[in-house]
Amino acid sequence: MMTPMIEMNNISLRFGGNQALDDVSVNLYPGEVVGLLGHNGAGKSTLIKVLSGAYQADSGEIKIEGKHVEIKSPQDSQRHGVETIYQTLALADNLDAVANVFLGREKVNGFVLSEDEMEVEARKVLDRLRVKIPSLRVPVQNMSGGQRQTVAIARAVYFKAKVLIMDEPTAALGPEETSKVSELIAALKAEGVGIFLISHDLHDVFDLADRCTVMKNGKVVGTVNTKDVTQDQVLGMIIGGVMPDVPNAT
Amino acid sequence: MQNAQTNRPKSLLASLGVDIQLLTLILALVAVWVGFQIWSGGIFLSPRNLWTLTAQTAVVGIMVGGMVLVIVARQIDLGVGSVLGFTAMIMAVLQASAPMGLNLPWVLAMLVGIAVGVLIGAFNGYLSAFWGVPAFVVTLAGMLVFRNGTFSVSSFTIAPLDPTFQILGGGINGSIGELWTWVFGIAASLLVVWQTITGRTRRQKNGFDVRPMWSEALVLGVTVALILAFAAVMNSYPIPGTGIDNIPAVASGMPVPTLIALAVLGYLNWMTRATRFGRYIFAIGGNPEAANLAGINVKMMMVYIFALMGFLTAIAAAVQAARLNSATPTVGRDLELTVIAGAVIGGTVLSGGSGTILGAALGALLMSSLENGLGLVGVRTEQQKIYLGIVLLVAVLWNVISTRRKGGR
Repeated sequence: MMTPMIEMNNISLRFGGNQALDDVSVNLYPGEVVGLLGHNGAGKSTLIKVLSGAYQADSGEIKIEGKHVEIKSPQDSQRHGVETIYQTLALADNLDAVANVFLGREKVNGFVLSEDEMEVEARKVLDRLRVKIPSLRVPVQNMSGGQRQTVAIARAVYFKAKVLIMDEPTAALGPEETSKVSELIAALKAEGVGIFLISHDLHDVFDLADRCTVMKNGKVVGTVNTKDVTQDQVLGMIIGGVMPDVPNAT
Repeated sequence: MQNAQTNRPKSLLASLGVDIQLLTLILALVAVWVGFQIWSGGIFLSPRNLWTLTAQTAVVGIMVGGMVLVIVARQIDLGVGSVLGFTAMIMAVLQASAPMGLNLPWVLAMLVGIAVGVLIGAFNGYLSAFWGVPAFVVTLAGMLVFRNGTFSVSSFTIAPLDPTFQILGGGINGSIGELWTWVFGIAASLLVVWQTITGRTRRQKNGFDVRPMWSEALVLGVTVALILAFAAVMNSYPIPGTGIDNIPAVASGMPVPTLIALAVLGYLNWMTRATRFGRYIFAIGGNPEAANLAGINVKMMMVYIFALMGFLTAIAAAVQAARLNSATPTVGRDLELTVIAGAVIGGTVLSGGSGTILGAALGALLMSSLENGLGLVGVRTEQQKIYLGIVLLVAVLWNVISTRRKGGR
């Protein structure tokens, strides 16, 4: 049995009177896509923000490649090779694509930003994602949803993520752009990147995910292999919290 | 390459790479200047008045760049007028009227004033970033506290000040002279030419789009011509008392406060475009949450931005006190409004994320041109504010309209 890339064990987090996460455990292997499913407020995004460093858990532990790690900030998470694409994309709308790809991790020569070098690199990574962006030097607020999404993905991909967290990556996209994101996920998976995919779109998850972890009211209902279950069974988990009778479910 | 830029035919303005908002501002400035030239019967554009105008603009010019950064980061600083008064009074008292006659050398007095300005700014940033008190309230409180703090330091005018200190204000001996003005003009021109050429070569080497040669040359030519014309005007104003009664005219050259303001604005302009610090200010203004998730320490950035504003305010205080050769308890009253108005006229968006140092510099120049011109043609001070208010309103209205047309949000 290989070591999981990410293990989150017994994570709990309380916001005031609300138990947002209650003893949640999930894991992720290299080259694997795990879908995180559940209603709004089930705790998917909160869980992922604990891993990406935006929130700190009250209890529980995180292991990366078998080693216990402390993640207290987004930088800690990035240092361990975890990149996050937030549902809100977390782009500075007034800055251009190049500035956004490198935000917080600019290439500098002494005190001076190496703008040209960053533009060359940004262009390379965006070409790789195969979404057409005519000019990288216009503010991203003037771009389409798909282009903005690509900039957010480029940001994560450029920095050689070992683990990629994608929170609703296709929510703002049209069908053509959605299929491009799917292709990208498949390509990254082939490179051995582990991916947490958060989505409320069951079709997406069934196409892409190897396993599904379903959450409800801050707890994990269970984890199943996608190929062993039907969409109705997963819906039953999401809505009723009922575990289907399938092999290898936990 | 999929992301290669397409070669669409561009409009004249686009290929010149000149921002429409900036161009409007320049045209407005030209209109105001020509208008006052006619109205004042040829006095407004005389070397003497232009020289005075640049010196008058210096105080606001030094502060307006800092205010742009504060506003871009979605904050506001209403306290700068009072802090200017407070730090000016500290500098004046310490060098001319210290307790028990322990007057400090002017350099030390000025450094103490600057330190106080930086600390006040840092405290403003700290309170608003770490304790969540809106900057509007923090600096409104500062406006009240430090205005009356100024009266507490001294309720009467402190004068005269150290003669060397007075050079900062551009009075007697307060100009850099003919030779250095030309050196400044030529050095600035060479810098602009060098930047354009190296920038263009680098972009071509990387295969990026470059502006057409004629447009690059035109913009460069106009810029250099303006710089040299400015130096020439500064040098055609003779030092008062020379050039009459057989005394040969001695060119005054650029006033020292103008030099300080230009250096500050030039530095800030470079800083916003070319450094991480500048980039992060705009990122925070665009999306504070994204900036935080990208690992930018937003709270500490706020402390730095306000501390920078405090630093610039104290520099401006030194210039103002030196210009007046005194500090009065009311110096700098209402100045925060002039500074904010200059930034806003210069295209800074009050909701944050957008603004330029160059625009704000022109905005400040427009404001002081109006003040200078209205004074010159004999409009009473109280009435001047009416015109300034109207111009501010029209400028903001125009900004809103042109932002909407650009499709911005």
